[in-house]
This record gives sequence, C-alpha cells and structure tokens, in this order.
Amino acid sequence: MQQVLSALTMPSDKNIRYLLVILAAILVMMAATSGGTFFSLTNLQSMSSQMPLLGILALAMAICMLTGGINLSIIASTNACGLVMASIITQAPDSTWMLIAALAAGLVTAIIIGIANGMLIAYVGVSPILATLGMMTFINGLNLLISGGSVISGFPEALLVLGNGTVAGIPMPLILFAVFALGLWGLLEHTPLGRYIYLIGSNEKATRFSGINTQKALVYVYIISSILCWIAAIIMMAKFNSAKAGYGESYLLIAILAAVLGGIHPDGGFGRIIGIVLALVVLQTLESGLNILGVSSYLTMTLWGAILIIFISLQRFRS
Amino acid sequence: MLNRLRPLLKQHEFYLAVLISLLVIILSVMSEDFMTLGNIFDMTVSSAILGIMACGLFVVLIAGGIDISFPATAAIAQYISASFILSSGGNFATAFAIAAAVGIILGLINAVLVYQLKVPSIIITIAMLNVYFGLLIYFSDGAWLYGFPDWFMDGINLFNFTASDGYDYSLNLPIITLLVVIALTSLLMNKTRLGRQIYAMGGNSDAASRIGINLFGVTLFVYAYMGALAGIAAMVQAQITQSVAPNSLMGFELTVLAAVVLGGTSMGGGKGTLFGVILGVALLAIIKNGLTLLGVPAYWHTLITGLIIILSISMTAWNNKKQTAMGAI
Repeated sequence: MQQVLSALTMPSDKNIRYLLVILAAILVMMAATSGGTFFSLTNLQSMSSQMPLLGILALAMAICMLTGGINLSIIASTNACGLVMASIITQAPDSTWMLIAALAAGLVTAIIIGIANGMLIAYVGVSPILATLGMMTFINGLNLLISGGSVISGFPEALLVLGNGTVAGIPMPLILFAVFALGLWGLLEHTPLGRYIYLIGSNEKATRFSGINTQKALVYVYIISSILCWIAAIIMMAKFNSAKAGYGESYLLIAILAAVLGGIHPDGGFGRIIGIVLALVVLQTLESGLNILGVSSYLTMTLWGAILIIFISLQRFRS
Repeated sequence: MLNRLRPLLKQHEFYLAVLISLLVIILSVMSEDFMTLGNIFDMTVSSAILGIMACGLFVVLIAGGIDISFPATAAIAQYISASFILSSGGNFATAFAIAAAVGIILGLINAVLVYQLKVPSIIITIAMLNVYFGLLIYFSDGAWLYGFPDWFMDGINLFNFTASDGYDYSLNLPIITLLVVIALTSLLMNKTRLGRQIYAMGGNSDAASRIGINLFGVTLFVYAYMGALAGIAAMVQAQITQSVAPNSLMGFELTVLAAVVLGGTSMGGGKGTLFGVILGVALLAIIKNGLTLLGVPAYWHTLITGLIIILSISMTAWNNKKQTAMGAI
C-alpha cells in the first residue's frame, strides 16, 4: 500500500494521504452502488451547501486547537451572534441600513466574546477548556434571556441568498467557506501571527521567552475564532431563516472531530487548513453517500466516530 | 492560630465552602422554604445523578484523563438493564449489576483506546460518544421504555419517619446510592494503594511508571470505574423519572465536568479532592434550587450558573498563578 501511494507521488503529508485514500474508497463505493444519483449535479450542490456550516465551525475550533487550546463556546457564540443580528433585522426587515447595522452588531458581539475568552485564557490563566466551558454556559444563559427561548424569524432576501443562493451553480455557503478557509490559510502560513500560533502550540513557554507577546497573540486567536462563529451564524440564519438559542448544539463535538480528522494535533502546533478541508469533504461524502443508500443517520454518526478512531490508529501503528 | 489558618487560605475548597455558606445564609433569610427538611431532601435527590457521575469523572480527571462519552455509556447501560427488567423482572441488585457491567465493558473499551493510541483522551472519548450514541439510537430506534414492575417504581425507602411538617421522609434509592458511591470513592482515593497510584499517575505518569505502577492497569480501572458509576447513575435516573429515554442524558457531560472542576479538580491530573467535588455539586444544586425558590425566571438560571463557574475557575487560576510566581522567587 505504502509503495503504491509513493508511486502515485501523493502529497508527502501522511494525514492528507490517508484522507485521500479514504475519500477515494468512499467515491469508488458510491460509484459502484449508486453512481448516477451520487454524482448528479443536484446531489453535488446539496452536499456543497451542507458542508460549509460545519466547515466554518471546524475552522473556528481548529485555530484554537493549533495553540494547544480548545473552544467549547463556538456554538453558543454562533447562536449569540445569530440572535443579536436576528433581533435587529426583524425591527425593519426591508431596510438595507438595518441589515448592515445588524451585521455590524453581530461582528461586535463576536469580538466581545472573543476578547472575553482570550483574556480569561491568556491573562487570568484559566485552562482553555474550562474558560470556554464557563463562557459557553454563560452565553447560553444570555441567549435564553434575550430571546426568551423563542424563535426569531423572517429575514430579508438579501440575507437568505447567503444560505440558499448560487453563483454560476456554486452554492453561496461554499463560496463563503472557500473565502474564509483561504483567508485563514493565508493568515496561518504567511503572517507573523500565524507563525506565533504554531509556535505557541509547540511550546508556549519557549515562545514567550523568545520575546513574542503570547498573551496578545492568544487573545487574537480567540477573537478570530469568534469572528468565524459570526460567519457561521450568518450561514445558519440564512439556511434556517430563523435564529434560536440552542440551535446546532450537536455541531460542537463534531467540529472537534473534523479538526482532528483533518490532522490538527490536539496538543497544538501541527495541522494545516487543507487537511481540514479534506476531512470535511470525507465526512460530507460519507454522510450524503450513506443517506442515498438509505443508511440511518445515526449509523453515520457512529461511522464518523469510528473513522476518527481508525484514522488515529493508522497514524499510530504506521509510524 | 493565624499561622495554622494560613494553609487553609490557599485551599480552593475553603473558598468554595465560604461561598456555599454565604449562599445558604442568604437563601435561608430570603426564603423560609429553603432550610426545610423537605427541600434539602428534594435537592439531594435531584442532584444525586450529577453527584454519582461527578465521582466517576473525578477519578478519571485525577488520573490525568477525561471522559466525555459517559452519557452515552450511561444511556446504553440504562437501556439494556431496563429491557432486562421489562422482560424478566429481577430486583435492584440485578438491575444495578447489569447496568454497572455494561458500563464497565464500555469503559474498558475507552481505556484500551486511550492507552494504546496515546492521543488525548478527550478526542478518543468524543469519538466514542458518537459511536456509542449512534449505535444506541440505531438499535433502539429512539423508543422510550416504561411500564416497569412495581418494585422498581416504588424504589427503596429506609427509615421512614413523619417530620413535624406532616410529610413522610425516608432514605430513598437516589440518596442511598449517592451516599454509598461517595463513601466508596472516598475509600478508594484516600485509603487504598490504588487510589495513591491514580494520584501518582495523574501527577506525573513517567515518574509513576518508573516506580513500578502499572499504567495500563490503572487506566483500565479508572475508565471502568467511570463506566460503572455512569451505569449506576443511569439506573437511579430511570427510577426517579420512571421511564427510560435513550437521549435523556445527552449533553450532560459538560454539566458534570463543570461540577467537578468547580470543586477544584485540575484538568491536568493529580490535583483535587473528593470533598471539593461534593462542594462543587452542592454549589450547582443550591444555585438552581435557590433561584427556583426565589422565583427567579428559569431563563436566568443558566446565566447565573455560567457566571459563577467563570468566577470560580478564574479565582482558582489566579491563585495558582500567584502561588507559582511566589514559588519562583
């Protein structure tokens, strides 16, 4: 197997190799069993409009995991941004200025949450899992309080297009995801902050002693993570045409799963955006494929977990 | 005197106990229902499941691991045990034994994966949460189980007595189980060699391995113990709610984690006390109960709980930071 892979001059990154093998296996399986339906334009379009929401959330999780942290408050933050934007938009659904004001307010909410998370972790010294767990509970409480637990719906077409529209046949959510994945790639690979993120994940103390302001960098990381949640909130509002406290809670652990499957090292320091993108494609093709074959979605959930375990085992025993 | 008190001031449990005492005093003044026997019983029963699971997670955290999959473990144990009761009867001993056995098996699977794959246990157990929960819903079709035999519905009541307020009280199944589990965990962690080994492994696994501790054995034990307690807690839950719903415990993992870390147990392993965990569980129970008695709308509960979690963990982190800084000088 290894020789075959190298003969094909596959990418040198082992993670990406394994993901490509799994992806190829799924595609062959689908082609053999129900090729026509699976590779139809409708299915490809529906797949690529479903993947980005989880995708953006996985990116929000991944950037924190790269520093050796984690962000358990991503879903709560997404809902908070969604609720803030929804309650402003519904004041005057037809006004463009209201829409812009709402988007800005959502962004401000995200930044505030990011700063709070970052301060707790970098300056107070709370471990990321606890800080974001506490923030998650707190923000969930705020969400319930401002929405009264009810659904806010009725958004203008200009917003809905972001969730359901297409440009030249490509769904808008996919374009948004591509833009932000590329942006994050650029940030990680081509800016000083990106370097700092990898360094902090490898060895925070050494990074600090080499003169890098790790505390400031960490605050930036959690702000970026929150801003990605804001994008996820926009996609989620547009897809569901509503906002509500408690939407999408099942995405939290799946986002961690996708990030790890994409090769993000849980202790930080290693992992690339391209890996996450591939992992998301694998998860999505598996879900849609099994759905077409009529397999229960709960069994798919089991398979997602199992694939991660198999994937980790492969890495462990090959090396 | 002051010198003797000083070590106390460094203890997280001390601050937590002060906070709880303050809350109890405030609540007793503001609501006459709070300090009644009935309310204290209710509070204990409603936090029994949280307390039992917290004991299990505490042991895993001390060993330097974490288990996110236990709600799914609990749900599976509950479902299998409840199905057995419905088909062949039995008694509480068999019900608990089956639930604990299922929990132990699933816990052992977690332990083997965590130990062999050497990946942070949070990742393994998140993956296993998906695996277990997906399988449970697939095979059970999400169907509820109810209509249990009378002995199960009635539970166990010891030491019946009628209090001055005219109501009957007794030590019932949730309270008995909670007390037994706390006693057992306390014995394990404070009085046995295994308990010391768990602390040692969480503190520094390399050092623990060098002095001859069987790390694999300890790992197997802690995850099996978590699994067994998850199964037992699930049976208590089934008895309280008189029904079994496959998804009723979902999302509970983070609440239990919050209770344990509120009690000062470190995420890094090796540090924490069972007393702290009990205080953490009590704090969450008292906040929830107190807010309800004071007539605060339910929407505020999560917010206030979150705020107290953030304040408490910040205080611990800040204290640790100061102590480290002092140690450096």
